[in-house]
Amino acid sequence: MNRFITTALSVAALAATTGCMSPPTNLDVALTRPTVDKKYVVTLQPPATPAAINQLHSWQVRVASSAGVPVAHVRITVDGGMPQHGHGLPTKPQVTQELPGGTYLIEGMKFSMTGWWEIKLAIDTPDSPDGADKVTFNTVVAQPVAGR
Amino acid sequence: MRRLHSMAWILGSMFATCAALTVTLVQAADGQATSRADRWSTEDRAVLASLSLKRLPPVPVDPSNAVEQQPAAVAPGKRLFNDARFSSNGAVSCATCHDPQQQFQDGLPVGQGVGTGSRRAMPIVGAGYSPWLFWDGRKDSVWAQALGPLEDAVEHGGNRTRYAHLMAEHYRKDYESLFKAMPRIEGLPRDAGPNGSAAELAAWAAMDDRQRENVSRVFSNMGKAISAYEKSLQHEPSRLDRYVDAVLANDRSAQGILRANEVSGLRLFIGKAQCVTCHNGPLFTDQQFHNTGVPPRNTASPDRGRAAATAKVRRDEFNCLGPFSDALPGQCQELRFMVSDDPALEGAFKTPGLRGVAQRPPYMHAGQITTLEQVVRHYIEAPHAKLGHSELTHTHASKTKSTHRERAPIELTEAEVADLVSFLGTLNMDRQPAVAAR
Repeated sequence: MNRFITTALSVAALAATTGCMSPPTNLDVALTRPTVDKKYVVTLQPPATPAAINQLHSWQVRVASSAGVPVAHVRITVDGGMPQHGHGLPTKPQVTQELPGGTYLIEGMKFSMTGWWEIKLAIDTPDSPDGADKVTFNTVVAQPVAGR
Repeated sequence: MRRLHSMAWILGSMFATCAALTVTLVQAADGQATSRADRWSTEDRAVLASLSLKRLPPVPVDPSNAVEQQPAAVAPGKRLFNDARFSSNGAVSCATCHDPQQQFQDGLPVGQGVGTGSRRAMPIVGAGYSPWLFWDGRKDSVWAQALGPLEDAVEHGGNRTRYAHLMAEHYRKDYESLFKAMPRIEGLPRDAGPNGSAAELAAWAAMDDRQRENVSRVFSNMGKAISAYEKSLQHEPSRLDRYVDAVLANDRSAQGILRANEVSGLRLFIGKAQCVTCHNGPLFTDQQFHNTGVPPRNTASPDRGRAAATAKVRRDEFNCLGPFSDALPGQCQELRFMVSDDPALEGAFKTPGLRGVAQRPPYMHAGQITTLEQVVRHYIEAPHAKLGHSELTHTHASKTKSTHRERAPIELTEAEVADLVSFLGTLNMDRQPAVAAR
């Protein structure tokens, strides 16, 4: 028991002193989230196979009303970065196509390192009274497993 | 849309590198590991594998350069690279600052061509992996990069019409076997160009559009041949690669490849020293731009780095979207999605790769730091940036408003500084870069 406590304390002490860039343990990585003012529910779809570090790739995003009805013709701007490193995205991704069902294509996504990234979407609906809202997603880019 | 939870994508959320590293260290402290701390957790092994030269993919094909994959372009490119006739004083070639015997750099704080430059000459091997060339990324291909110094007043100091004449006189056969027929250069002024002296500018302005385009076409094709040579150069495996490969193969001989202090330095590099956050992958660079508060060489006029470069690359006539590019517009994705409005670009410079780093002082974008030990101490001291804001954190950051409070300061003991420096020597180049078999 003593040994367990010693080890646990050592883990805690080392975790505190190593200063490593582990993502927060309670990080919410849900891919469907309500926007800040609850006007929309937004779903992000990453590529089926995670892109390699520094490889340009595309995501899809689906925008629905709070009642779940797909919302067409919204304007989406993409921002983000690494909160633990104080830098933004290495590229400026853009929505380049509107697809059926309130779905939009985001091109120009790129992650330059492993770790916790934020993807921030600002949504505006020029043709509808619902108005602007925003949402932030968390994603953790993992190191590929050795030997694969 | 149902399979939204891509498991692989969130694999690391709970089991990130550092947590595993911590556990490994605890095991070692607990007497569960061997006296030589060469045991690596599964997560550590993944990080080690990511650094191995075996993980380096083939160099990306540049759609803007139709000849870079032609083996016949390599030899003329190499001759051009070494040809000092392409300079205002007949004494400066690409190899002057990018010496093949010194990892294609010159060991000087700033370049010395026909005059004195303002930044450090960068190594060339592996340059083709970067979407942005130069310390500030003001070029978007290796061939466009090669053209910059040729017209720079303090580097080669020449002009593109002079170079087009030299190509017609000395490289016509090579040129015409790689490209189309050499356009008619005869009769044009000897010295004329859009980036030269007042006389050269005037002579350039006096030429007609077709003549200017012909000269620029020959000039751009010079860069494309030089790029074919540069992109054919490959890194040779270092002692670290041999160690990582042995560790991953569970080969006990791994312990004979690195010394204990080098292994400790490697642990720091991928752990609490945080080096691997930016110096990642087989080339030890994320290929991005960061402000780490390196003191500017010219304090009166600090170098803005990336912030001043995005407009240059966007309007560069030799970029991927320009008239001399072989790419379709849809292939120029990096330029299309380039970040240009981020305040973090102020005073930011490209992360340099670290292969062979211990053999090529001085360091940083203008050779401001003389030794690797001082470089490591810079990251610990984490001074405020003279221009823009440093991404590094230090305890002194709490005295001022920090925008990135969550980044941990880099704190190392004297012994750890020494171990980290020792580790960097495991990336030494034992052999000259190889030319890839095509």
